[in-house]
Amino acid sequence: MSQENIQLPEDLLQEVGRQIAKFPEGMQKSALLSVLHIAQAHFGHLSEPVMDYVARLLHILPIEVYEVATFYSMYDTVPVGKVKLEVCRTGPCMIEGAEKIVSYIENKLGIKDGETTADGMFTLKTVECLGACGYAPMLQAGEKFHEHLTEAKVDELIEQYRNNPKANYLGL
Amino acid sequence: MDRKLLLEHIGVEGIHTHDVYRKQGGYKAVEKALKSMSPDDIVEEVKKSGLRGRGGAGFPTGMKWSFIAKPEGVPRHFLCNADESEPGTFKDRYLMEKIPHLLIEGMILSSYALGCNQSYIYIRGEYMYVLQILEKAIAEAYANGWLGKNIKGSGFDLDLAVTTGAGAYICGEETALIESLEGKRGNPRIKPPFPAVKGLWGRPTVVNNVETIAAVVPIVNEGGDAYAQFGIGRSTGTKLISASGNINKPGVYEINMGITVEEFIYSDTYCGGMKNGKKLKACVPGGSSVPILPHYLVCKTAAGEDRLMSYESLSDGGFATGSMLGSGGFIVYDEDQCIVRNTWNFSRFYHHESCGQCSPCREGTGWMEKVLHRLEYGHGKMEDIDLLWDIQRKIEGNTICPLGDAAAWPVAAAIRHFREEFEWHVNEPKLCVTKNYGLVTEKKFEPVNA
Repeated sequence: MSQENIQLPEDLLQEVGRQIAKFPEGMQKSALLSVLHIAQAHFGHLSEPVMDYVARLLHILPIEVYEVATFYSMYDTVPVGKVKLEVCRTGPCMIEGAEKIVSYIENKLGIKDGETTADGMFTLKTVECLGACGYAPMLQAGEKFHEHLTEAKVDELIEQYRNNPKANYLGL
Repeated sequence: MDRKLLLEHIGVEGIHTHDVYRKQGGYKAVEKALKSMSPDDIVEEVKKSGLRGRGGAGFPTGMKWSFIAKPEGVPRHFLCNADESEPGTFKDRYLMEKIPHLLIEGMILSSYALGCNQSYIYIRGEYMYVLQILEKAIAEAYANGWLGKNIKGSGFDLDLAVTTGAGAYICGEETALIESLEGKRGNPRIKPPFPAVKGLWGRPTVVNNVETIAAVVPIVNEGGDAYAQFGIGRSTGTKLISASGNINKPGVYEINMGITVEEFIYSDTYCGGMKNGKKLKACVPGGSSVPILPHYLVCKTAAGEDRLMSYESLSDGGFATGSMLGSGGFIVYDEDQCIVRNTWNFSRFYHHESCGQCSPCREGTGWMEKVLHRLEYGHGKMEDIDLLWDIQRKIEGNTICPLGDAAAWPVAAAIRHFREEFEWHVNEPKLCVTKNYGLVTEKKFEPVNA
């Protein structure tokens, strides 16, 4: 993607403006994490040109964006699948069989933890506690939580997202 | 007293909407405060209530509020910590999802008490759908005149917005949260200066947990003294407990502090007993950071008294035989669970979440994870157990923020109470991969600081 192609559509630029307006004048950098979420949802991942674009939107230096984008685990600075399946594996989820769910997805999609399917549809990631301990095992797909997972439920989810990958976003 | 103070109306259909919340008595505390109470009156009631921080540390809220600096002409900020990420804890999410206006009402009261006109809720990035619920509720609150300029003709102005994290446990530490809210990496700050003096954008700031802020609503409605009638001793009020693990009924429960741990685990009102009739092996009563208790110290203290769901009783015996109420993330383990594996799992979590600023935490958490992995998979040596003890001891107290302690304590407690299970992993390198150790034997504790 060349630099000039990088441009958020008007509705998302308005959303960026709404995030910036939450903070006092001159404190627009506070909107950085929210704007990176918007950019990632639109562009798929945060490439260097995308991060530079975000820096321009917020009138901050590119390095200020890079250091944040590489610190937080939800940001992807390399390409990922259209749908990220992030399985929680911490404590209570482990007790309730998170590892079995991970191997089931690995076998079903033919990928390992951290990999993306050849068709670019799914990325599988194991993640740390998502705050759903009482409803374990669980996974997050994009912006949605799926709890009390079983193999049948995983089948259903994968089918659903394969047909409509956008369904993993809540929409702004 | 079985009455609930936060979740009283949780079952009412549509309680997440302004109109239903209002019909159930919502925003009455704001009306009362703005009409008949000064900001200092509210601080006074919160002090009287004995409310303590519900995020984990248990610091008296009224006292924390009284530290806020009030330099002339400098705006102050009130922040809600909704970065709930402590393994075992999911109560704030429940509260925000089901009854968002309770948090908003608490935010208005707290902001008024502290003289803040611009407040923020910082929510973890993974709770994106909860953020949307909150934004909708905030819009309703603006539309109904509870937020904005000159609220209900009182002359008090308040703007409230939600902003988001992006996956970092460390941002639950209040100075890391402030850094993150400024659009930076979540590296905790060296204190002092404390946020009460120099916080968000260098201005005086107070950060409180979701549940703490929600508790201000019943305190204003009924008075601090009435609130303090709930609970036991210095553990006043009610507490939300997130229950998970090998129990029949995982979920979020509001308890009157002072009920016994036994009742909480075995009564049908709460966890409903152990799943599949298994035996209780261990319990982490306050989120992954707090010491794990072996089965014989869960329901009884070392002195043989009933263990209660309160700050004091759960920490009875110190770290030698007690634990902490923490965030109320109550994880129950049955006889089939492996303590070495669980400890390794938690260590991996802390290694992953260490911000990397302080070398004892950055290096130590990774080292513990590796050694525990080795033990769990049958490649450990007897010296590894002492090595682990040594590493955790050198992390504790030697870092800028409490993440180092939080990583050290679970390892220390696991070795303290389950040493025989660690040794079994060394002695039975093949068996330990396929079988579980079962219950550990009961120990008699000498009154020394182990």
